[in-house]
Amino acid sequence: MQTTEAIRPSITDEPRQNYLTNGYTIKSWLLTKDHKRIAIMYLISVSAFFMMGGLYAAAIRLELLTPASDLLESGTYNKVFTQHGILMIFFFLIPSIPAVLGNFLIPIMIGAKDLALPRINLLSLYVYWIGGGLVLFALMQGGVDTGWTFYAPYSTTFSNTYVMLVGLGIFVNGFSSILTGLNFIVTIHTMRAPGMTWFRLPLFVWAHYATSLVMILGTPVIAITVLLLALERAGGIGIFDPAIGGDPILFQHLFWFYSHPAVYIMILPGMGVISELISNFSRKKIFGYEFIAFSSIAIAVFGFLVWGHHMFVSGQSMYAGLVFSFLTMVVAVPSAIKMFNWAATLYKGSISFDTPMLYAIGFLGLFLIGGLTGLFLGAMGLTVHLTDTYFVVAHFHYVMVGGQVIAYLGGIHYWWPKMTGKMYSEFWGKISAMLVFIGFNLTFFPQFILGYIGMPRRYASYPEEMQVLNIFSTAGASVLGVGLVMPLIYLGKSLINGKPAGDNPWMLPGLEWRTQSPPPTENFDKMPVVTWEAYEFGEENGLDLEAARRRDREMASDFQKN
Amino acid sequence: MMQSNQWIPLFPEQASSFAWQVDLLYAYLIVVSVVFSIPIVAAVFYFGIRYREVERYSTPDEMHGSMVLETVWSIIPFVVSMTIFLGGAIVFYNQFTPPADSMDVFVVGKQWMWKIQHESGQREINELHVPVGRNIKLTMTTEDVLHDFDVPAFRTKADVVPGRYTYLWFQPTKPGKYRLFCAEYCGLNHSGMGGWVYVMEQRDFDNWLSGNISGQTPVEAGKDLFENKLGCASCHAGGATQRGAKLEGIYNEEIKLVGGGTVIADDNYIRNSILNPASQVVEGFQPIMPTFKGQVTEEQLNSLVVYIKSLSPTAAGAASSSAPAAVANTMPASGNTNRSTNPQANANAAIRGTSNPNAPNSNR
Repeated sequence: MQTTEAIRPSITDEPRQNYLTNGYTIKSWLLTKDHKRIAIMYLISVSAFFMMGGLYAAAIRLELLTPASDLLESGTYNKVFTQHGILMIFFFLIPSIPAVLGNFLIPIMIGAKDLALPRINLLSLYVYWIGGGLVLFALMQGGVDTGWTFYAPYSTTFSNTYVMLVGLGIFVNGFSSILTGLNFIVTIHTMRAPGMTWFRLPLFVWAHYATSLVMILGTPVIAITVLLLALERAGGIGIFDPAIGGDPILFQHLFWFYSHPAVYIMILPGMGVISELISNFSRKKIFGYEFIAFSSIAIAVFGFLVWGHHMFVSGQSMYAGLVFSFLTMVVAVPSAIKMFNWAATLYKGSISFDTPMLYAIGFLGLFLIGGLTGLFLGAMGLTVHLTDTYFVVAHFHYVMVGGQVIAYLGGIHYWWPKMTGKMYSEFWGKISAMLVFIGFNLTFFPQFILGYIGMPRRYASYPEEMQVLNIFSTAGASVLGVGLVMPLIYLGKSLINGKPAGDNPWMLPGLEWRTQSPPPTENFDKMPVVTWEAYEFGEENGLDLEAARRRDREMASDFQKN
Repeated sequence: MMQSNQWIPLFPEQASSFAWQVDLLYAYLIVVSVVFSIPIVAAVFYFGIRYREVERYSTPDEMHGSMVLETVWSIIPFVVSMTIFLGGAIVFYNQFTPPADSMDVFVVGKQWMWKIQHESGQREINELHVPVGRNIKLTMTTEDVLHDFDVPAFRTKADVVPGRYTYLWFQPTKPGKYRLFCAEYCGLNHSGMGGWVYVMEQRDFDNWLSGNISGQTPVEAGKDLFENKLGCASCHAGGATQRGAKLEGIYNEEIKLVGGGTVIADDNYIRNSILNPASQVVEGFQPIMPTFKGQVTEEQLNSLVVYIKSLSPTAAGAASSSAPAAVANTMPASGNTNRSTNPQANANAAIRGTSNPNAPNSNR
C-alpha cells in the first residue's frame, strides 16, 4: 500500500526546522529532553573517552616494542593497562552503541516521538558524566593499578592506588546503564507506532531489547560487588581477603557474573547494527529474521550462565568447570546462526559497497575469528594453556574492537547523514574502513601466536624470543590508529562543508529514512502508520525509486556542469 | 626453552606428558575454524561479486529464510562444539588428576617470587629442579595476593590462591630449561615474577639434591612443630584423655562435624583447622582450640599438613583433593555409630590405631 509519509528523495528542499535548530544555547542542550540531543552529547562524551583509552593503548604498544620495560616502568605500565581497560569497557564500549545510536534511533525506528521516559534519559547522561568525572579525577590523582578486573585481595588489601574512587565511578556509572536499559524496554513495549508489530521491528531494536535485559539484570551485581570491595577496603570487613576470613574466589564469581554478560552488552548492539547494514546494503530482506531476533535473546539468557569459564584455573571444582564449558559451547550456537544468516542474506541481493557496508563486511571477518577463538578458550584442556596469555587479549579484542567498535563505526557512517543531514567523503570513508581492518588484523593476529607460545598478559617486560611478533603488533597498532583518527577529520569536515545528504540517501525503507534529515524534534510531522514488513525494498512499500534515480541523474549532471 | 632459533616461534617446546594432547586439541580447533570459515568467507566473497549492484535501487526478489537451512546450521555447530567440549574435558581431566605416585613439591608464591621446597627439605627460589620422567605434584599457596604458576612448555598452569591449597601436576618428558611465569596479575613487579624449571636426568637430579645441604624434611619439621614448638601434641596426643580430635588415620577420610555436616579431611581442611579451628569442629569435641593464624608461616603450615598426613599411612600418597576421582573414598572410617554418642570410646579406638597403621580401616 502506498503511504503518504513515503519517501522524500529530493535534496533541494529549503532548510527545515529540526532538532538541531531547536535552540542554540548551552542550556537548550543541557536541559533537553530530546533523545536525539542526548544521543549527540553521548556521542561527544564516548568519543572523548575512546580517545583517552586509545592514548593508553598507544602507550602500551610502544612499551611492548622492546622486551625490557624501558619506556614505562612497570608501576606506570600497570596503571596504563588498567586505565585503558576501565575507560574502554565502562565508559566507551558499554555505552557506545546503545547510548549513542540506540538512543538516537530506537524512538524513530519504532515511530515514536521520544523515549518513554525522556527525563530518565537525561538523568542517565548526567549519571554517566558523574561516574566518568569521578574516574577522571582519580586518574589525575594518580590512577589505579589493579587491572580492570579488580581481583581481590590485591584490590582490597595490597594496592595503594585510587581503587575506592575508581570503584565509586564505576558504581555510579552502572546506574546510567540500568536507566538506559529500563528506558529502552519500556519504550519498545509501549511506544511502537500503529502497525509496528514485534516482528516488524528492525533487528537493531531486537538487539537493543536483549541488551537492555542484560543491562538491568546484570549491572546491579557489579554495583554490589564494588560495594562489597569498598566495605572490605575501607571497613576491614572480611569478604574477599582470606587473611580476614574472606574468599578471593567469591570476588571472581561476583565479578564475572556481571562482567561476562557485560560482554554481551558490548556485542549484541553491534550485531544489531550489522543486521541493518547487511540487509539494507544488499537491498534484501534479512535471511531468517526470527532466528536472528531470537538468537539475540538466547545469547542474552545463556550469557548469564557461563561466567565460570573465566575461572577454569582459579581453583573452582572440576565439575563446575565442566558445566561452564558445556554452556559456553552452547552459547556459541546462536552466534553461528547469526553468521550464517548474514552470509545467506547476501545471496541474490543487490549489493553496494558503500562505507558502512565495508565496515559490515569487515565485522563478518573479524567476528568470525573472534567467535571461533572463543571456542579455543571454552575447551577446558586448551584454555589451561591459553588463559591469562595474549591469546585471551587477542580474542577479546577481536570480539570487542573487531565486533563492537567496527559495528559502531559502521553505524556512525550509516546514520551520519540522518543525524547531521550532511554527507561525508565516501572516498576517505572507504580508505579509513580498509585501514582499520588491515591495522586491526596486523595488531591482534600476532597476539594469538604470542599467546600460544606463552606470553602472559599484563607484562611490562617479556622474554626476548617474543619480540618479533610484538613488533608486528605495534606496527599494526599505528596503522589502526591512523584509520581511527581519519573519521574524526572527514566527519568533522562534513559538518562544515559536507553535501546535504537528503532524507534518504540510499533509498531505504526503515522508518528513520521516512523522516527528514536531520529529524524534527518530534521525529515525524505526523504519527506514522506502519503497513509494511521490515526490510522490504520494493516500490510497494512507498519507496519512490524512480524519483531517486532521477535525483541521482540530476546530481551527476550538476557535477559535470561544475 | 623457547625455540629461539626460529625467527617467529609458533609453538613452545613440548616438554610434558600431556603437552601433545593440548597441541592436538589446538590443531583440531584450527581445523574446525578453517573448515567453518571457508564456506562463510567464500560465500561473502562470491555473493559480493556475483550479486554486486548492477542498477542503483534495484529490488531483488524476496526470500524469507529456510527452516531446513536454519536447522542444519544450528545442529552442525552444536555437534561440532560438543566434540570440542568433550576433547577439552578429557585433556583437562588429565591435566588436573595427579597420579598416585607423584613426587611432592611445595610452592609458596609471594610478591614477587616463587619459594619452593622439596620433600627432602631442599629449598630454592624462582627455580624448580625436577627429574625427567617422574610425576611431579605441586601443592601451592601464597602469602599475599593471587599468583599463577605457569610453565608453557608443560602446557599447564594453575592459580595460586591465598588461604587455600591448589594443585598442579606434570610429568616432564625432556631434560632442559623451561620458562616459569606468574600468569595472574599480582602487582608492581608481576612481569618479573618468573624463573626457570630445570628438568634433569634422575642421576643429575640426585646429584643436585645431594650437592646441597638440606635441613629437616617437611615431615621432620612438622613433627618438631607439632611436638615441641607449637605444642599441638599436648591436646592431639596422649591417648584416652586427649582433649583434641584424633589425627591418626583421618587423612582423606570423611569427618563428622558439630552441627551435622561432614567434610573430607584433605589438605585444605587440615590447613583451615589450624588457622580457623572454630569453623569446622569435629563432632564430639568442644571448640577450645586457639587459632594459629599469624603464628605459622606458609612453609610451617605445609610441614604440619605433611606431618599430619604422615599419620595416615594408608592414605598418604593417594592424596589429591583437587581431583574428584580421588575424593571418592569407598567407605568413611567415621561411619561408626558409636562416635556421636561416645567420643571417648572413639578416642580409645584411635589410640589403638596408632600402634597399627591399618587400624583406621578396621571398623569397615
